[in-house]
Amino acid sequence: MTDIMTPALGESVTEATVASWKKKPGEAVKKDEILVELETDKVSLEVASPSDGVLESISANDGDTVTPGAVLGVVSAGSGAAAAPAKAAEPAPAAKAETPKAEAPKAETPKPAAPAKADDRPLAPSVQRIATETGLDTSKVSGTGKDGRITKGDALAALEDRAKAPAPAPAPAAPRATHEREERVRMTRLRQTIARRLKEAQSNAAMLTTFNEVDMSAVMALRSQYKDVFEKSHGVKLGFMSFFVAACVAALKAVPEVNAEIDGQDLIYKNHYDIGVAVGTDKGLVVPVVRDADAMSLADVEKAIGALGRKARDGHLAIEDMQGGTFTISNGGVYGSLMSTPILNAPQSGILGMHKIQERPMVVNGQVVVRPMMYLALSYDHRVVDGQGAVTFLVKVKEAIEDPQRLLLDV
Amino acid sequence: MAQYDVVIIGGGPGGYNAAIRAGQLGMKVACVEGRGVLGGTCLNVGCMPSKALLHASEMFTAAKGEFATLGIEVEPKLNLLQMMKQKDDSVTALTKGIEFLFKKNKVDYVRGWGRIAGPGKVVVKGEDGAESTLEAKNIVIATGSEPMPLPGVTVDQKRIVDSTGALSLPEVPKSLVVIGAGIIGLELGSVWRRLGAEVTVVEFLPRICPGMDEETAKTFQRSLTKQGFKFELGAKVTGAKAGKSGVELTVEPVEGGETRTLKADYVLVAIGRRTFTKDLGLDTVGIVPDKRGVIETDHFKTSAAGVWAIGDVIHGPMLAHKAEEDAVACIELIAGKAGHVDYNLVPSVVYTAPEVAWVGKTEEQLKADGVEYKVGKFPFTANSRAKINHETDGFAKVLADARTDRILGVHMVGPQVGEMIGEYCVAMAFAAASEDVARVCHPHPTRSEAGRQAAMGVEGWTMQA
Repeated sequence: MTDIMTPALGESVTEATVASWKKKPGEAVKKDEILVELETDKVSLEVASPSDGVLESISANDGDTVTPGAVLGVVSAGSGAAAAPAKAAEPAPAAKAETPKAEAPKAETPKPAAPAKADDRPLAPSVQRIATETGLDTSKVSGTGKDGRITKGDALAALEDRAKAPAPAPAPAAPRATHEREERVRMTRLRQTIARRLKEAQSNAAMLTTFNEVDMSAVMALRSQYKDVFEKSHGVKLGFMSFFVAACVAALKAVPEVNAEIDGQDLIYKNHYDIGVAVGTDKGLVVPVVRDADAMSLADVEKAIGALGRKARDGHLAIEDMQGGTFTISNGGVYGSLMSTPILNAPQSGILGMHKIQERPMVVNGQVVVRPMMYLALSYDHRVVDGQGAVTFLVKVKEAIEDPQRLLLDV
Repeated sequence: MAQYDVVIIGGGPGGYNAAIRAGQLGMKVACVEGRGVLGGTCLNVGCMPSKALLHASEMFTAAKGEFATLGIEVEPKLNLLQMMKQKDDSVTALTKGIEFLFKKNKVDYVRGWGRIAGPGKVVVKGEDGAESTLEAKNIVIATGSEPMPLPGVTVDQKRIVDSTGALSLPEVPKSLVVIGAGIIGLELGSVWRRLGAEVTVVEFLPRICPGMDEETAKTFQRSLTKQGFKFELGAKVTGAKAGKSGVELTVEPVEGGETRTLKADYVLVAIGRRTFTKDLGLDTVGIVPDKRGVIETDHFKTSAAGVWAIGDVIHGPMLAHKAEEDAVACIELIAGKAGHVDYNLVPSVVYTAPEVAWVGKTEEQLKADGVEYKVGKFPFTANSRAKINHETDGFAKVLADARTDRILGVHMVGPQVGEMIGEYCVAMAFAAASEDVARVCHPHPTRSEAGRQAAMGVEGWTMQA
């Protein structure tokens, strides 16, 4: 018998939701075969079978919340006979070949760290009720009762703290009745996190948006001229995003406070340029980070974005892939947005909103001409960035895109 | 000269439990007792004999009245001599039990009155007058308390008695005046009331049982009045003349007014107890009790090195179970362990019918402390077991912190609530919330359900009333 453990979920991630079991109890499983998918605040991850055998039991069902080290189920050493029929139901070998390598080490790590029996003292009835109703993680509550037991007062205070601090899922006082022609669906953990973090950013920062517009003619011309040769030599398509990343890095260097963050009474200026690129997935928006973008060629940036985008769509993004960005670019244009005010990706101080390229009549040298135009938006934290800095930043981006040679010359 | 790790002066609930615990922990221990029997006030002239008489007299009352309603027809006749004998037999058996426990735990039982004779020395004066000296690394004072005398009313143990005398009156008084509406007075008053005496309770304060939750006390008083008790509250006894066949008391209202005369066959003085440290040699180690006779301690340590004190002679309620807690904690501290007593969790019980039991804070204390609290209350009229047994007087009341729901006090008046309060002592020791008790399954039908329903009431979901 081997327990299927919840793996370590990454820094600052304390719990996951069981998204779906791929196997039913009684089914034969192979070592490293994916058994269950978990969702955390940041990513979804797969847990593989620790051994060959039969999935004996499931102890955390779909929708349950689990913490690292928690037992998800049990795999027993099964007979060959039991294993045989399951072969037919096995997933495509290609998928299998990929995942074990990535997942196996994760499945190993929790064992030493797993505080499986951190506290086997039973909870007081009231605390049990509160934990069940609100999802309060009692392992995080310090107890003031006899021998450190958690009292109802402790649990209530912890709930209050949770309500004050950004709560992952503030318990609705009383869920309203769902009517006919309505459907109640539990938010995924990712959705809950998105909701919480966006609201957090809105309430913490003095958020403000400034706009500009950019003539895309030059970049488009450059792209169509070198499209084929670029793809041939780098194995990746030349998109607009790499230009914007490069333009933003240049602008961040010129207006360093946009690349800074507030920490208490201090400002932290960052001399590295890790650009988050928002990617839409079927589960929600994720923002993987292109690291040290200032040291990358356009081709490198395109490759990095491509790889992260694929990972995101396949649900394979690791938490590390999304941590530590210093600035974010969001492209609502791919969906057709003409104008928007993006919300900061806290604790960052700036986010660039790209939009749809649309041909508009522009006056150039006294002549009305048709130009492919894009509105640009920079939402910024006015506590850190002054209006002048914000406008300058956006103008720098505009200039670089309208005249990409500036990027080459660093002017 | 005999040498000991611990010498305990006094063989009451504090002293004998200290001796047993010290024996358990492997200390060489002696317990000095001059009464001739172990068990102290509690076993000999306190809790035990009074409970023996309370039980017997309650049975008598039941036989006289309630039996008929149950369909049992008898004509009970009181045999006071036998009632006293069964009481004495029980007491003797219990005191012998302690002697057995001493042997079992290798405690030396030293007969005689002990006194401290300088640091580390206890002199024992035996029944024959001969003195011997015990050498002790630690001395524990556990000499307890005695009834408080009332100026102007001299206890002769004939017509004017204290609690000791009231446990062995030679006859059932036609009339008994109890001075002091405290626990002792009301228990012993109940005994004689049930056996036929007209009982009048004279109390200085405008209420009975000071320290008891006021609402509880009022309900309790109503029950006693139904049983025929008369109460003269806010009245002061200023003098007593004991004659051959009775006593004449002078009583005047505390607020001023006409002095009156109260006549009674017997008078019980039960205005409280005071520490007993007479001839104890405290001066030889420099211990000076405060003006009420209480020995100041810091976790049972007195001002004198190697001298400890527990039970009634130190602060806290003068209760056997409190002395027992002190005893264990004190000996464990002497043994280098972590002895501790939570005095907020010392329960009190009045063994009348109905009984009264409480632990923790009263509503009055919480108000005075400015604590916001919620109340859950459940009447025994709505409790099935109480109903079936025709014992529906009283209620259970739970007081809990308005914010944290932590139980702060529990007050019960009703049938055998003394047996029910222990549940709440445990709950409160674990800092339980009212909800914790409310969500625990209790057996049906029992009176304990009333305690649970009261807990439910704190958050407004009492289900059976």
